[in-house]
Amino acid sequence: MTSTATTGAGGGRVPVEAIPWAAGRPDAAAERLIFERSSPGRRASTTPDPGDLPEVSDDALPAWARRTAPVRLPEVSERDLVRHYTRLAHRNYAVDLGFYPLGSCTMKYNPKVAEAAAALPGFARLHPAQPAEQVQGALELLARLEHALCELTGLAAATFQPAAGAHGELTGLLLIRAHHEARNDPRRRVVIPDAAHGTNPASVRLAGFEVTTVASSPEGLVDLGSLEAALGEDVAAFMITNPNTLGLFERNIARVAELVHGVGGQLYYDGANFNAILGKARPGDMGFDVVHLNLHKTFATPHGGGGPGAGPLVVAEHLADYLPAPVVVRDGDGYRWESDRPKSIGRVHGWNGNFGILVRAFAYLLANGGDGLRGVAERAVLNANYLLGRLEAAYQLGYPSKPVMHEFVLSARRQKARGARGLDVAKALIDRGFHPPTVYFPLIVEEALMVEPTETESVETLDAFADAMLEIAAQAEADAHPLHQAPVTAPVGRLDEARAARTLVARWHPPSEQDQAGSDPDDQGPPDKPTS
Amino acid sequence: MSYQPHTSEDVDRMLASLGLDDVDQLFEPIPAELRAPAGLDLPRPHAEQEVAAELARLAGRNRHLDELTCFLGAGVYDHYVPAAVWYLAGRGEFATSYTPYQPEMSQGVLQALFEYQTLVSELTGLEVSNASLYDGASAVAEAATMAVAATRRSELLVSAAVAPRVRELLDTYSQGLDIKLVEVGALDGHTDLEEARGKAGDQTAAVLLAQPNFFGVVEDVRAAAELAHGVGARLLVTFDPLSAGLLEPPGRLGADIVVGEGQTLGNHPNFGGPAFGFLACRPEDVRRLPGRLVGETVDTSGRRGYVLTLQAREQHIRREKATSNICTNQTLNAIAAAVYLSWLGPTGLEELGELCLRLARYAADRLAAIPGVSLAFPDQPFVKEFVVRLPADPAEVCRRLVDRGLLGGLPLAGLAPGLADGLLVAVTERRTKADVDRLAEATAAVLADLRGEAGTRGDLGGAPAGGGKPGGGAAGAGDGRRDGEEVAR
Repeated sequence: MTSTATTGAGGGRVPVEAIPWAAGRPDAAAERLIFERSSPGRRASTTPDPGDLPEVSDDALPAWARRTAPVRLPEVSERDLVRHYTRLAHRNYAVDLGFYPLGSCTMKYNPKVAEAAAALPGFARLHPAQPAEQVQGALELLARLEHALCELTGLAAATFQPAAGAHGELTGLLLIRAHHEARNDPRRRVVIPDAAHGTNPASVRLAGFEVTTVASSPEGLVDLGSLEAALGEDVAAFMITNPNTLGLFERNIARVAELVHGVGGQLYYDGANFNAILGKARPGDMGFDVVHLNLHKTFATPHGGGGPGAGPLVVAEHLADYLPAPVVVRDGDGYRWESDRPKSIGRVHGWNGNFGILVRAFAYLLANGGDGLRGVAERAVLNANYLLGRLEAAYQLGYPSKPVMHEFVLSARRQKARGARGLDVAKALIDRGFHPPTVYFPLIVEEALMVEPTETESVETLDAFADAMLEIAAQAEADAHPLHQAPVTAPVGRLDEARAARTLVARWHPPSEQDQAGSDPDDQGPPDKPTS
Repeated sequence: MSYQPHTSEDVDRMLASLGLDDVDQLFEPIPAELRAPAGLDLPRPHAEQEVAAELARLAGRNRHLDELTCFLGAGVYDHYVPAAVWYLAGRGEFATSYTPYQPEMSQGVLQALFEYQTLVSELTGLEVSNASLYDGASAVAEAATMAVAATRRSELLVSAAVAPRVRELLDTYSQGLDIKLVEVGALDGHTDLEEARGKAGDQTAAVLLAQPNFFGVVEDVRAAAELAHGVGARLLVTFDPLSAGLLEPPGRLGADIVVGEGQTLGNHPNFGGPAFGFLACRPEDVRRLPGRLVGETVDTSGRRGYVLTLQAREQHIRREKATSNICTNQTLNAIAAAVYLSWLGPTGLEELGELCLRLARYAADRLAAIPGVSLAFPDQPFVKEFVVRLPADPAEVCRRLVDRGLLGGLPLAGLAPGLADGLLVAVTERRTKADVDRLAEATAAVLADLRGEAGTRGDLGGAPAGGGKPGGGAAGAGDGRRDGEEVAR
């Protein structure tokens, strides 16, 4: 389909061709599993000739240790391998193909210069146990990235060990735990808003705290009264995203900080939405003590189908001694690892975190510079408000506060009343060539559609998406039935998720074993109650 | 340089549609006193070629594994990464997508992960694999959490032959969890199962060991499984998946949860990350599995397809009652592993294992033939990594080997009791017989130099100080480096 973008600001430009990406592509048709392409005796690999290397005696590896049955890996040629994974790639949507407004995930364009940098042998082919004098370039990169993240957050020191946002959360909460214990003031609870990401309460539990949830106000912000009631001398921290998951800036954040610090608690910043305020405002200035950043969101590193990411943790001075060791420190003209950190909570990663992601983030930092990063936040917020302006006549805003920051949450309440749920709107978008927004999150908005356009999308793309959303709303108004069939242009139609959970098939089995495939998890007894 | 497509005309028109004339008006919800100060100390914007040049400069200040001949392992190994692996895994359709929340447009990632799960199941000998974790060390902590939940017990018997870095991470994670870590010593390079038997009891949730272990020694997994099961505990094994060409998968020997570091499967060393962790378990533990899991199903027309499944375990549904907090994982590295293993095939996997074994055996024999050098555990089987004792400080020896273009291995001072003179040496298929000869000759020459210098000075020169810090220092490899620097002073 072609969007004419008649109502948008991009009128007069060449309209965006929003083509359902998989429709009509023969190579998007069903692709067998790599195991089903296997032919005994075929192979892609070649092994170097051992030459005159001595044979090993049979007892070099005793019989009790040796494998007793062949490893059933696929037997394919390199051509088979390349065609198979290329065809699988064609069955996958991505930022490189089109608009991906998945709220809270910041699916912005990923610059290719960063990929090229991370692939340099001087980064990709470094062993993490090489002595510091051999890796001065890597340590310099880490030190300079740390300095920039401290500047941007208004905080004092960072660790790069956490591999993702949730990993940063756990690290931050363990730091907070150590801080209270060092003051001989152990604490029991962590308070979070009801709009929080699911990782927040899960991390709280892993760090050994109990969760107290506070309700949002009618404006979609932290309700100060409820927060005050929830706080007490046993509260270790208050954890919040700002802008919050509704895309709204917590105007009262300074007062929140006062209340939390007033009971001796620490203020934790979930950096999932940092893109909105990059260079415009700093968590440290708002009173936050601990921040994790998601470099795969804010610093444009590719999301990799679900990872790898990087979740560095940046903290205020009074928490710096608790950071995981080792940390990079300046040493004369060079850098070294400092391991002797008696107050450190210890390691949270086997090595130095996802260093390859940090290289990409550093390239992004250099490319944009301070001014560019501010522009990132400005365009992200402009795009979100522009898109909201185009959609709000057809879809209700979850909470009626404006302007929004980098994202907004619509409710498909009105469409649901006509028979089309949020999920139907999402699936209909697939047939119109777009990745859907995040659906059914945050939990406090009925039929939530969480839209984050990011700064890297043009007004023409936003208009084409808005046109598709409006057309779907009109379709729901007229006759919701066709929306229930969507998607019809994707490689597969709607999938039976209940069946997948009921009869778990989590791996392929050779035909000879296929009757054994598919264990029913419910046959193993009722799901466990989590231990406490 | 900017990745925002907006022309100034676009910005004006978009603002006009909102009835605004300045983008700063959109930031009105941020109180003025909370606006960032001017003059933050950040880089200026750079043109792309300037970015490329600066990154190349930094990369050029590192001595990498194409330049040094690497015998350093200790959990990250210099295995060959075939050209097809990142040619395919690096494709934009995989790399620039996110977690497959919309399965109809994410079948590529989902099917690749389903294949990955099958491959991990084959290598570990356990039925169910999740879709990856951060790394091998954090995977051990996730496995420990599972075992504690499954047994409703709190003690974890941890072998001292598990890598110090992994034990340090477990110690960190245990600060928030109801897990008590009990160390079981190593005897002649392998886990002392008699000591474990004495410490196991009705509070033991699990026994943890590494296969091969930190010293490269192959452990008797079957005996450990019998011991663990005898007290109603789980056996957790952290496994080098590439050793499956030679070794029986731990799951077939009785291990209940098998985890490990996936770097060896098609991932570059990357200074320690990104690679990935894997975790496989028995079907009865699947409800406690952390992280994403892909399952097979059908669509409305009966076509086969794949979805994220059993999501009721996960943080976005179960919140504080989730089995783990993990959300973002290491999917792309897991896809690379699937490509790598499919490239390798069963014959390639076995040949690679045999080649590493032959090279490592040859290296051990060559090094042990140097006067004063001996194998630390001469009677123990290994597959690609082993410990030698040196008659001089290993960190100093390694420093001098670097001058000859060799990364000799990991000095063990501070990382394992009684091994201050130990050097952990890894040999992969990327090494040749000639490389091993060069390592042996260079080591002999360096040791001779050190002996000569000691003779001149009339002291013990580079002789090891003896008695490294017991139980591993605060930072694993970091300690190794520090020791090296101390000697260098």
